Amino acid sequence: MRSETSIRLMQGNEACAEGAVAAGMRFFAGYPITPSTEIAEHLAAILPKVGGKFIQMEDEIASISAVIGASLTGAKSMTATSGPGFSLKQESIGFAAIAEVPCVIVNVMRVGPSTGVPTAPSQADVMQARWGTHGDHPVVVLCPTSVAETYTLIVEAFNISERWRIPVIFLMDEVVGHMREKVEIPDSGKLKIVNRAYPDCEPEDYLPFDADAGDGVVPPMADFGTGYRFHVTGLTHDRTGFPTTKRPEVDALIRRLDSKIDKARQEVTFVDEVLTDDADIVVFAYGITARAGAKAVRDARASGIAAGLLKAKTLWPFPDEYVERIAQKARAIVVPEMNMGQLVHEVERASKGKTKVISLTRVDAEPISPSEILSVLKEV
Amino acid sequence: MAKPITYYLRTDKMPHIWCEGCGHGIVLGAVLRAIDSLDLDKDNVCVVSGIGCASRAPGYLDFDTLHTTHGRALAFATGIKMMKPGLDVIVLAGDGDLAAIGGNHLIHAARRNINITTICFNNSIYGMTSGQYSPMTPTGKIATTAPYGHIEEPFDLCELVFAAGASLVGRGAAYHSGPLSRLIAKAIATDGFAFVEAVSQCPTYFGRRNKMKNALAMLDWQKEHAVTKKAASRLSPEELADKFVIGELGTRTRPEYTKRYESIIAAAAKETDENV
Amino acid sequence: MQKSGNTCRAMVENGRPVIINDKWCKGCDICVSFCPKNVLERPEGGKARVARAEDCTRCGICEIMCPDLAIQVVPANDKKKEISGTQGGSVDAK
Repeated sequence: MRSETSIRLMQGNEACAEGAVAAGMRFFAGYPITPSTEIAEHLAAILPKVGGKFIQMEDEIASISAVIGASLTGAKSMTATSGPGFSLKQESIGFAAIAEVPCVIVNVMRVGPSTGVPTAPSQADVMQARWGTHGDHPVVVLCPTSVAETYTLIVEAFNISERWRIPVIFLMDEVVGHMREKVEIPDSGKLKIVNRAYPDCEPEDYLPFDADAGDGVVPPMADFGTGYRFHVTGLTHDRTGFPTTKRPEVDALIRRLDSKIDKARQEVTFVDEVLTDDADIVVFAYGITARAGAKAVRDARASGIAAGLLKAKTLWPFPDEYVERIAQKARAIVVPEMNMGQLVHEVERASKGKTKVISLTRVDAEPISPSEILSVLKEV
Repeated sequence: MAKPITYYLRTDKMPHIWCEGCGHGIVLGAVLRAIDSLDLDKDNVCVVSGIGCASRAPGYLDFDTLHTTHGRALAFATGIKMMKPGLDVIVLAGDGDLAAIGGNHLIHAARRNINITTICFNNSIYGMTSGQYSPMTPTGKIATTAPYGHIEEPFDLCELVFAAGASLVGRGAAYHSGPLSRLIAKAIATDGFAFVEAVSQCPTYFGRRNKMKNALAMLDWQKEHAVTKKAASRLSPEELADKFVIGELGTRTRPEYTKRYESIIAAAAKETDENV
Repeated sequence: MQKSGNTCRAMVENGRPVIINDKWCKGCDICVSFCPKNVLERPEGGKARVARAEDCTRCGICEIMCPDLAIQVVPANDKKKEISGTQGGSVDAK
């Protein structure tokens, strides 16, 4: 009998796969691409054991499309890829947003653009994760910093996707994806699992996109093949799901979809603060870089610098209030990123000029080291 | 006893969007009569489409209906069929959607032989965007993007899809609405990937620019240029040059994809048993 | 979701072999041209309608050739029959 929790040594990609299954994911469609392929390989083996299904599609567009199709039958569905595939998936991610189809898209970031350095880490897809697809659309982007966090955070990704009927992007980087660490697997009963809200009306009264039948923002969602016989389209649509171009209805749809972000903000924002209470300088970091940031903060403290760490596990919606609060007391916020500076602009925006924001960029296919961050902390 | 066609329609959404005399309504009628002839349960039918004139069809149909992104209907439908193999999954899309942007998904769905019935509303033009040539536009024809006459050759779509592995391929035409409907019924009843190319007319963009001023002229062209497989076998290549062959063109028996996946589930279960 | 296929009932007295929904008909003349017995007609700028009901053999060609799904042939055997009309569908002119 498994004990309360079981301890395993896992690769990040493996933890992503196992966590997704623990969250109830039962359909995966993917396409081989370094550095995410292990997720597909692992799921090809374990999904059939839990009544789930795996398919390797002909390209990344087909994969996200199959995921959305499967989700419409009621199955929690996921795909995984890296930069080039993530770019290909964008149009259908937008479809999931407008048609409000829950799904999780894992992007294990590698150096771009284009083929770049397939086996090396990067964090340069952060803006693409938010704005990759065209048009105003809601999306939540989570980003784990460790293998253990990958396991627990992917469960949150599914919960958010099901609760708000939105695509959730799960941003890993090659290091988190490929490194191995200890993971305490909570007994499945312990995990908080959220499922989509189903309609409680009769099929003939069901209006698939009538949010008033739900909480005013998220309409209850029936499954295909259960007698509700409803229509889903990527065209702007009215409450019946049928296409409309009536201006008030288009406006209402776009604004309702967008409002999901603010309504969800509280429950989807995962940020850890380390020693920030009395911090004079704070490191704002995410993904693997946050691990280097944590070490740099410890070393800075050891040499008398009151440093702290703001670890963002939710990148979008951007944790404005955390940064704004820090900006009022800290002399500077240092933002190390494996890109030319992307989330640093959000940090500047949220700081409202109340503090100095220092961007530390590294784009040579190597992770940022603690000493690099430490030297910046010492210069401030 | 055949139900009236309105039984399968979301009548409050009609009349449909297609132009006067467009063949797509005739082909859709053939699809619905095929569904009726098989007495399918409306709760068990799922119709998926891509983008284009033909792909607006599902909105009018009283089934579970999904209007996806351009070219991707078969990929979406694959996800649906994988998770609910018991559903009758039917893809309705145009020649541009299926054979141009969606070509990769078309040949792979056929290669997998997944039980999805695909009806290609082939009007040999991009109608929704008002008249560009498609992979099915015959050489020499005029289109907004072929103002000097089209220099490309169209696919033989049935050959292509059959070569990719489909269990059944066939071609029909709006003019022969009855036989087309029977061919579609056979496709739906096929336990594997079944593809029907339905030659349809686009008077507004194809006919007008290619000396066929209305639907009647285009239907007449279909009548004059369609030949059955048997008749075709007696014609010389020259005679066949401007003809198209209708009827069932290729069938084979291959294991169906979702059923084959059951063997994976069984193997996985056995492995689990051995490990316990 | 939407109401089932047929939304209103149009009682049909005998002699009306074909029902044409003039809300759906777009006047393409296919039915008029394809009818083997020249039963149907369409006034200039108007919708198709039954002109010579007595000649109709209920062969159904008009129904299967109508691109607007606007035509339903009334089966001969039961004169008084509930035929699922269509919302706003009007019985043809005569």
